[in-house]
Amino acid sequence: MSPNSAPAQRRTPAPPPGTWLGMPAFPKAAREQLQRAEQRQNLARATTHIRGKRAERAAEVADWEELRTAAAQIKTRVARHLDTYLVQAEEAMTAAGITVHWARDAAEANRIVGEIALAKGVDEVVKIKSMVTQEIDLNEHLESIGVAAWETDLAELIVQLGHDRPSHILVPAIHRNRREVREIFAEEMGRYGTPAPPTMTDDPEELAEAARAHLRAKFLRAEMAVSGANFLIAETGTVVIVESEGNGRMCLTLPETLVSVIGIEKILPTVADLEVFLTLLPRSSTGERMNPYTSLWTGVTPGDGPQDLHVVLLDNGRTDVLADPEGRAALRCIRCSACLNICPVYERVGGHAYGSPYPGPIGAILNPQLRGVASEVDQALPYASSLCGACNDVCPVRIPFTDILVHLRHKVVEHKTEHHPTAEQAAFSAIGWVMADGRNLAKAQLASRAGGAVLGDRWLGNRVIGRLPLPIAGRWLRARDVDAPPAQTFRAWWAARTPAAPPVDGSADAATEDRA
Amino acid sequence: MTTARAEILARVRRALADVDEPDPVRDVPVDWEYGRPLSTADVVADLVEKIEDYGARIVRVPAAAVPDAIVAALTEMEASSVVLPPGLDGAWRAAIEAVAAVTADEPPLTASELNAVDAVVTAAAVAMADSGTIALDHGPDQGRRALSLVPDRHVCVVRVDQVVSAVPEGVARLAPAIRAGRPVTWISGGSATSDIELARVEGVHGPRQLYVVLAD
Repeated sequence: MSPNSAPAQRRTPAPPPGTWLGMPAFPKAAREQLQRAEQRQNLARATTHIRGKRAERAAEVADWEELRTAAAQIKTRVARHLDTYLVQAEEAMTAAGITVHWARDAAEANRIVGEIALAKGVDEVVKIKSMVTQEIDLNEHLESIGVAAWETDLAELIVQLGHDRPSHILVPAIHRNRREVREIFAEEMGRYGTPAPPTMTDDPEELAEAARAHLRAKFLRAEMAVSGANFLIAETGTVVIVESEGNGRMCLTLPETLVSVIGIEKILPTVADLEVFLTLLPRSSTGERMNPYTSLWTGVTPGDGPQDLHVVLLDNGRTDVLADPEGRAALRCIRCSACLNICPVYERVGGHAYGSPYPGPIGAILNPQLRGVASEVDQALPYASSLCGACNDVCPVRIPFTDILVHLRHKVVEHKTEHHPTAEQAAFSAIGWVMADGRNLAKAQLASRAGGAVLGDRWLGNRVIGRLPLPIAGRWLRARDVDAPPAQTFRAWWAARTPAAPPVDGSADAATEDRA
Repeated sequence: MTTARAEILARVRRALADVDEPDPVRDVPVDWEYGRPLSTADVVADLVEKIEDYGARIVRVPAAAVPDAIVAALTEMEASSVVLPPGLDGAWRAAIEAVAAVTADEPPLTASELNAVDAVVTAAAVAMADSGTIALDHGPDQGRRALSLVPDRHVCVVRVDQVVSAVPEGVARLAPAIRAGRPVTWISGGSATSDIELARVEGVHGPRQLYVVLAD
């Protein structure tokens, strides 16, 4: 390749090619992820550990269930009066010296942040771990205008240096073990700053030390930082960020300029509401009584911290979620990740199969609402669940996950069949006909009995149906075995009973034996 | 052209067409009594236990012994240079000056200059026992936020009358400072990460050592 045609030198490690929505839909992606034995081991170990810690810390709080109820009510109050609270928050922030921007979508938010960076004349920004900037893919936008965005959370750094994507809300590199992290740091750190020490082993303490040394130079020279927010207090305009490592404090204290991109659902009405959420969030999230650091700032403090503060209030589909009274409870989410850690599906397939930075149960209910159900990825997500309901029980804001999943399945079917009814719908209208009248049922069972006789006698020595080359049933049976239909229906058996038939108890026993 | 602000607010209002009650508080009551204390038998002992559980050091001394306790902390952590907030207690400052090089933050130190200092000594605003959390409201005896962040060792003096049972009481005590626009920082142990295999590592970017002096 000649120098002229070579792409411009990137400033940060390139992410993997492709986009979230360009990924295969969940059923295919899950099959691929399940082949990764090492990743499954990493995930099983990590989620088992964190589930135990969460349960222990939740059990320490006597009024845990009342707190969950209060949190759900507070977030419901915010959602149902979001216009009022947004205006109140904007007024309070503006009065405190924050410049407030509004962004309808990802492109608008990215443009605003990029323009601030260019106006400040910076060519790099440091970032506090933030889900919302993953959602809008801010880093790649900044890269495209010549600004390097550096992730400073340890796990995000592992993901960024590893040319990888996050797979968990709280621990984005949960799919990586210490040996893989050592390889990434040893290989990549030197390309972008302070290299990893040559003697570094895969001991997590040494890996964290290498990250500290690598990032310290970036913190000390940073002129601009970008963050998300955990909470935005409407009453005072206070922004709240919870974190563990201190990288957040570095970003929100040392640079001259701080831009916080905040989803419009992040509002809490009052300062007092923090007592509910700062008790629930750390215990639900990392399973700690409290995360090491929580920072609250209310506008500009002369002589202390950034003197140029910006907040970008982001919609990007949130008002679409809000417009669905059955689905809007998803906006209560405080991104704790308890639903991921408890989910048997997430534990096995990991986060990359969900085609979004929001994986697991919350991703399954949030993405199809934020992005709509036009794409194959989003159509598949409401089905990425066994509806076991474990997520409902751990959610600190009581999101009714399974209700929303079922509701979204309905929406997906409606969308898909708006113009073309499917064989499945034909099957269900047939069932409707059968069930509507006992005589219809008798006719259908005659057919079923014939089918049972054929399948049972000729095909199936063990009387179980496995894979069949049939259009609808074939897909359903790929993952399930069912008994062949019995050769005699209950109706036929009932009609054929003689007065000397065994008493009811005996026939029940016989039936039980038959099934065994 | 419609502004983004107008359009987002219009979308929100359209989305909430089903909401009839205009008063948020009447529309969705919250069944929670704010600011309640826990019925902890010994609140101060609870704080000590929870802070130790984070792997941080904590000692309890009479108020008059605080200067000696600070000196002992700095010695134990092998800190020879210290930065102090402008409003720190004079007796504490005098004791520290006797054992360590005190760097003044006037004019304000740059981040790199702060990075070269071994330790910081601050007071605190509130401590919440149940979660082992110390809150700074960055008053004159605590200093601007960078002071208690960049140096690698933090000695933090908490008075027992600043200790409350848990987060709800703590938020109530901090609310006036927040409403006055002061920045607030909560500290629960030293900085830590669990990002690699969820193995907890003490000490990443924030001060790696937290030493709490609890003054009766």
